[in-house]
Amino acid sequence: MNSFWIILFHTYLNKLKSKSFIITTVITVLIVLALTNINNIIGLFDKNGGKENVAVLDETGELYEPFKQQLKTINKDIKLTLYKGSEKEAEKAVEKGDFKGVIQLQFNAEKLPEATFKAMSIADSSLFTDLQTSLQQVKTMLTASKINLAPAQLQKLYEPVSFEKFALEKNAKTEEELNQARGLVYVLLFIIYFAVIMYANMIAMEVATEKSSRVMEILISSVSPIKQMFAKILGIGLLSLTQLAAFLIVGYYSLTKNMETLKDGFFGVYGFKDIPLETIVYAVIFFILGYFLYATLAAFLGSLVSRIEDVQQMITPMTLMVVAGFMIAMFGLGKPDAPFITATSYIPFFTPMIMFLRVGMLTIPAWEAFLGIAILIATIIVLAIFGARVYRGGVLMYGKSNSFKDIKKALQLTKNE
Amino acid sequence: MVLKLEHVSKRFGQFTAVDDLSLTIPEKEMFGFLGANGAGKTTTFRMILGLLDSSGGKITWDGQPIDYSTSHLVGYLPEERGLYPKLKVRDQIVYLARLRGMPKNKALTELIYWLDRFKIPEYENKKVEELSKGNQQKIQFIAAVVHKPKLLILDEPFSGLDPINVEMLKEAVLTLKQNGATIVFSSHQMHHVEEMCEHLCIMHKGKPVVHGSLKEIKREFGKKNLIIHAEFPLDSLKKYPGVVKATPTMEGILLQIEGEKVAESILKEIVNNGFIRKFALEEPSLNDIFIEKVGNSYE
Repeated sequence: MNSFWIILFHTYLNKLKSKSFIITTVITVLIVLALTNINNIIGLFDKNGGKENVAVLDETGELYEPFKQQLKTINKDIKLTLYKGSEKEAEKAVEKGDFKGVIQLQFNAEKLPEATFKAMSIADSSLFTDLQTSLQQVKTMLTASKINLAPAQLQKLYEPVSFEKFALEKNAKTEEELNQARGLVYVLLFIIYFAVIMYANMIAMEVATEKSSRVMEILISSVSPIKQMFAKILGIGLLSLTQLAAFLIVGYYSLTKNMETLKDGFFGVYGFKDIPLETIVYAVIFFILGYFLYATLAAFLGSLVSRIEDVQQMITPMTLMVVAGFMIAMFGLGKPDAPFITATSYIPFFTPMIMFLRVGMLTIPAWEAFLGIAILIATIIVLAIFGARVYRGGVLMYGKSNSFKDIKKALQLTKNE
Repeated sequence: MVLKLEHVSKRFGQFTAVDDLSLTIPEKEMFGFLGANGAGKTTTFRMILGLLDSSGGKITWDGQPIDYSTSHLVGYLPEERGLYPKLKVRDQIVYLARLRGMPKNKALTELIYWLDRFKIPEYENKKVEELSKGNQQKIQFIAAVVHKPKLLILDEPFSGLDPINVEMLKEAVLTLKQNGATIVFSSHQMHHVEEMCEHLCIMHKGKPVVHGSLKEIKREFGKKNLIIHAEFPLDSLKKYPGVVKATPTMEGILLQIEGEKVAESILKEIVNNGFIRKFALEEPSLNDIFIEKVGNSYE
């Protein structure tokens, strides 16, 4: 077998079998499972099948029924019970845990409803808000009937104004599509961000480990450093795909199983049902190119340090660049057509995230996306040629080397004057 | 399969590490490189291996430059020892052997042969970081020779080993030589080179100061050592014509003289002074030559 493949698979299999890799993968899979099952998990911790019991002390004798009706329309999970005992007894019952809280309904001087809510703690603001909103509506109804407003008239009063948005550009994304794209782009941006940081780190560490353990000198006397560098980048790349595949398969399976319960939440708003194929293809392209860009950078930065402790320091500027790209992309989610976003999408170190954001969110001409891809590929080639030269010299350099001046030194080593 | 260095030099910026070095290393011979720290030995090795490009001159092996296409024929033991600390000995050696083009099962057979030879078969499945430094060095040596190289470059192979292990490694190196490998090695220890090498080169500040076969070098050096142990004072001999250097010892004196003739006349001079327990004329040691050529600053 060619030495390139030997290194590639050696890197891949060694990392795959390593404890840290297995542990991270398992933990992440668990998090993915937890996120996609979030509703079931919340339900698990709620007693009474997720229903909350609230005692009602109705001093008026009239408010309980309309209040109950109103609450039903807001939140079905709150169960009201008309409490017959005294206020003190009701409070005791709450203390015992029979009820989550007790609400005392009465009329004020104008014969309008008012209420006091007592609970062990008032940290659960959503319960409180639901009760208040219901009572507010009861009050509105009562007031309306006082001034002889028919329910139909009341409804008119509260009817929301019709307001629709239209994009004039041809093929522009509809509101619904935009929301969907936003959700998808958001998730994919996160994946690109984490993957680039994590795997680029891994490569830099790998190179620095070989250098600090001094096995490097045997390696480079057997196989050319450039071959080694790319075998390593591809090996870790294969690893990243393996890991991502694990996450995606688990995530997709779990999502489709739980689609029913999740429809109302985040996933409903940012619909994940009909993912446009185009977006996925661009995501894959930008993920791979982004990986190669940062992996090459990390490999040659890693080759400059001679101690593992110095790796972080060396690659911090690179990490900051990824973070900056991610921040800009996050800003761009809300305003993808800002000129600032358009400009930054052509800066190679930001392109993987920001150009993808534009492709996903806007309807940009294909040439713009291709220009971004071309810029990326050109940058990767330049970085690879430059990086390979630095790498070749860098791996022979030992000593206190943790500054960017060493790049020059490393280049000098490979030069034959 | 002659290894030839022709007017090779290497400069790092202003600093000249190797300056106009020309050597011919015959096939199936053992060639010794001597030199103080920073003399340019490691840089020379790295240039031979193609890890560094020379600033001038030509290095060829069998008429061809050494590059990655011949890496399966070359073995290298770097001065800075290094293996993967977390990898098992077996995985490590097999990986490194495969990178040098040896298939896995053959590499395993070789590994077991060497582990047995070094009397450490139980380390096959141990991680390198668990081994003692001496044993790590043996593994390092195995890594350099496992793929049966035709050209073996050993940078300070015996440093940091106890005498028993030095002997074991020396024997191994001699076996490899008998099997037809050309071996180049460097050392600080004169006696290793003296015992093992037919040809040698002493480097000083990047320049070869002495170069040739051991016998010739000694003959050309001309000077001999004269050891005298006697019952009477020998201090007067320090000023005797033909004596280059005199070092008093516990039992007498050690003289460096210009030739045999001087010894003869000294003997005539002192034979009547009293009882002479020892009067021995010896070949100069490599150490003497080294000190003479490189200066007293070393050893």
